[in-house]
Amino acid sequence: MASSVAKAAERGTAPGLGNAAFFGVLVIAAAAIFGATRWFGNDYAFFAAYVVVQYIVLGTAWNILGGYTGYVNFGITAFFAIGAYSSVVLYKLTPWMPLPAMVAIGGVMAALVGLGTGYLTLRLRGVFFSIATLALAVVVQTLITNWDFVGGARGAYVLRPKLAPLIGGGYIEYLFLVMLGLCVVALATARAIERSALGFGFAAIRDDEAAAEASGVPTLKLKLVATALSGGFMGMAGAPLPYYVTYLDPASGFSLNYAVNAIAMPLIGGTSSWLGPVVGAVLVGGLQEYLRVTISSAINVLVAGVLMVVFVIVAPQGVVGLFQRKKR
Amino acid sequence: MDASADLLINAVISGLLLGGFYAAVSIGVAISFGMLDIVNIAHPAVILLGSYVAFIGNTVFGIDPILSTVILAPAFYLLGMAAYQIYYVAFERRDDQSLRGLSFFFGILFIAEVGLILGFGVDYRSVQAWYTQGNLDLGVVELPWRLLVPFLLGLAMVAGLQVFLSRTFVGRAVQAVAQDQGALRLMAANPVKIKRIAFGLSFATAAVAGAALIIIQPVEPSIGREYIGRIFAICVLGGLGSFPGMVIAAVALGVIESLTATFFGPSWAPAVSFGVLLVTLAVRPNGILGR
Repeated sequence: MASSVAKAAERGTAPGLGNAAFFGVLVIAAAAIFGATRWFGNDYAFFAAYVVVQYIVLGTAWNILGGYTGYVNFGITAFFAIGAYSSVVLYKLTPWMPLPAMVAIGGVMAALVGLGTGYLTLRLRGVFFSIATLALAVVVQTLITNWDFVGGARGAYVLRPKLAPLIGGGYIEYLFLVMLGLCVVALATARAIERSALGFGFAAIRDDEAAAEASGVPTLKLKLVATALSGGFMGMAGAPLPYYVTYLDPASGFSLNYAVNAIAMPLIGGTSSWLGPVVGAVLVGGLQEYLRVTISSAINVLVAGVLMVVFVIVAPQGVVGLFQRKKR
Repeated sequence: MDASADLLINAVISGLLLGGFYAAVSIGVAISFGMLDIVNIAHPAVILLGSYVAFIGNTVFGIDPILSTVILAPAFYLLGMAAYQIYYVAFERRDDQSLRGLSFFFGILFIAEVGLILGFGVDYRSVQAWYTQGNLDLGVVELPWRLLVPFLLGLAMVAGLQVFLSRTFVGRAVQAVAQDQGALRLMAANPVKIKRIAFGLSFATAAVAGAALIIIQPVEPSIGREYIGRIFAICVLGGLGSFPGMVIAAVALGVIESLTATFFGPSWAPAVSFGVLLVTLAVRPNGILGR
């Protein structure tokens, strides 16, 4: 484990694409994906692709805290739903607000909640943070259920505009484009962290927190940065959800599926780099979509849970780890 | 006596009774998390499994729910030993408890919930026995049997385990594991074997707690999640590894929740445990009777 800091340092100095160049590559890839989905010429393709890309964002967000620092966040639904419900509030108060602004606000709200929870619990052993986030999901759901303005337990309806602004076509195409853009930002951020001093600090915390603290790494500050970033991206991933589902109630917004998928995908893909959550989300998300269409929707939710348990036992380094081992 | 005082007394009493039941629910985690340092967040799922076992025994065979789970507690004990063996081989030996070990239990929690939904649907299930209805009339107050029986069951189980841990050889060995595993190894005792026994015990308590749960309220598969916050709030507030502290914390949480439900509405009750947990972690992470 201790060698992974050295490995990370090596990776940082190793030649490779710079952050700006990597961002450019991601933008081109996203444009190609969007073009291909549009060429498919079918709304279903957008609905299915949106889900997979949403899970890439969620998995990447979870991995920034879980994979890089080793602190497990179980409260994904809390952050995700904070983003979704902040959009519901904004939709009711300021319906003219463009979606990207709603995404930014949802992200800030979720990041603040992450910061608060982290400030209270991150000084203790990591497991207390995990338990607190688990309970956080329940308490945020209780608050939303009791809040009549956003529909309470009955849920809220959001009217999806018929046409997409700027790009034309159906609104789902616009939703997909926003999620793709968010995905590009999330992946570029994750990779930039890996290669920066921040990332080495995170890795030091993961490998031996006491040693990191002793050698002058500001562990609490770094953990708070990771929690806020991770929670913020989860909130942003949730912000377009009301427009996607058009009807949002606490039971569906806080569905355990989101939490399990967001944890399972990085663990299945591999937690050590930005690529892991992408591989996991494409594999598991694709498989789930396939099973949902061919067999039943009850089985497809089980897939992520079962695969996750199998992978953490049998292949703790994930799919990416399997390939890396072969290369050596 | 005016109405609100009456309401207050009733809320406090049902809170106290609820507390005894919460102790039964939490004792498994007090053993696994408090003594063995295994963060089994899937414990509520095991409890729920116990509830459904009691449900099947009651509706299909007409067995008393408590009797059926006491019979099945040894099966849960074996299940727990098997679970610990997997956990030990896959995570403890690799020193990977924090990230993948936690995710493992989270996955088990999810699989159990979805499995129960596939098997029993999302309807509420309940059991029938002489104590699921009616009250014990003490003149001043009326105690519902539905709450009183799980209360007594919980306290009896906690007291029994306390005696077991402090009086018997195996029980003392479990406490020794909690204190210093290395020292135990120097005494030529195998900590893994003792932890396996203790983890089996924590599963066995879940079988009994499951019967108590389905007596108190009808259950459905996702109800286990509500109990995660509650159980860990109780264990942390009580001080990890301390049974008396856990009982005090369980009763305190029961009373606070009952008062919240009475005066602010039952939909607010789940938020109480999180508040208690956060305040405890921020102010006194060692709990009231912590080591």
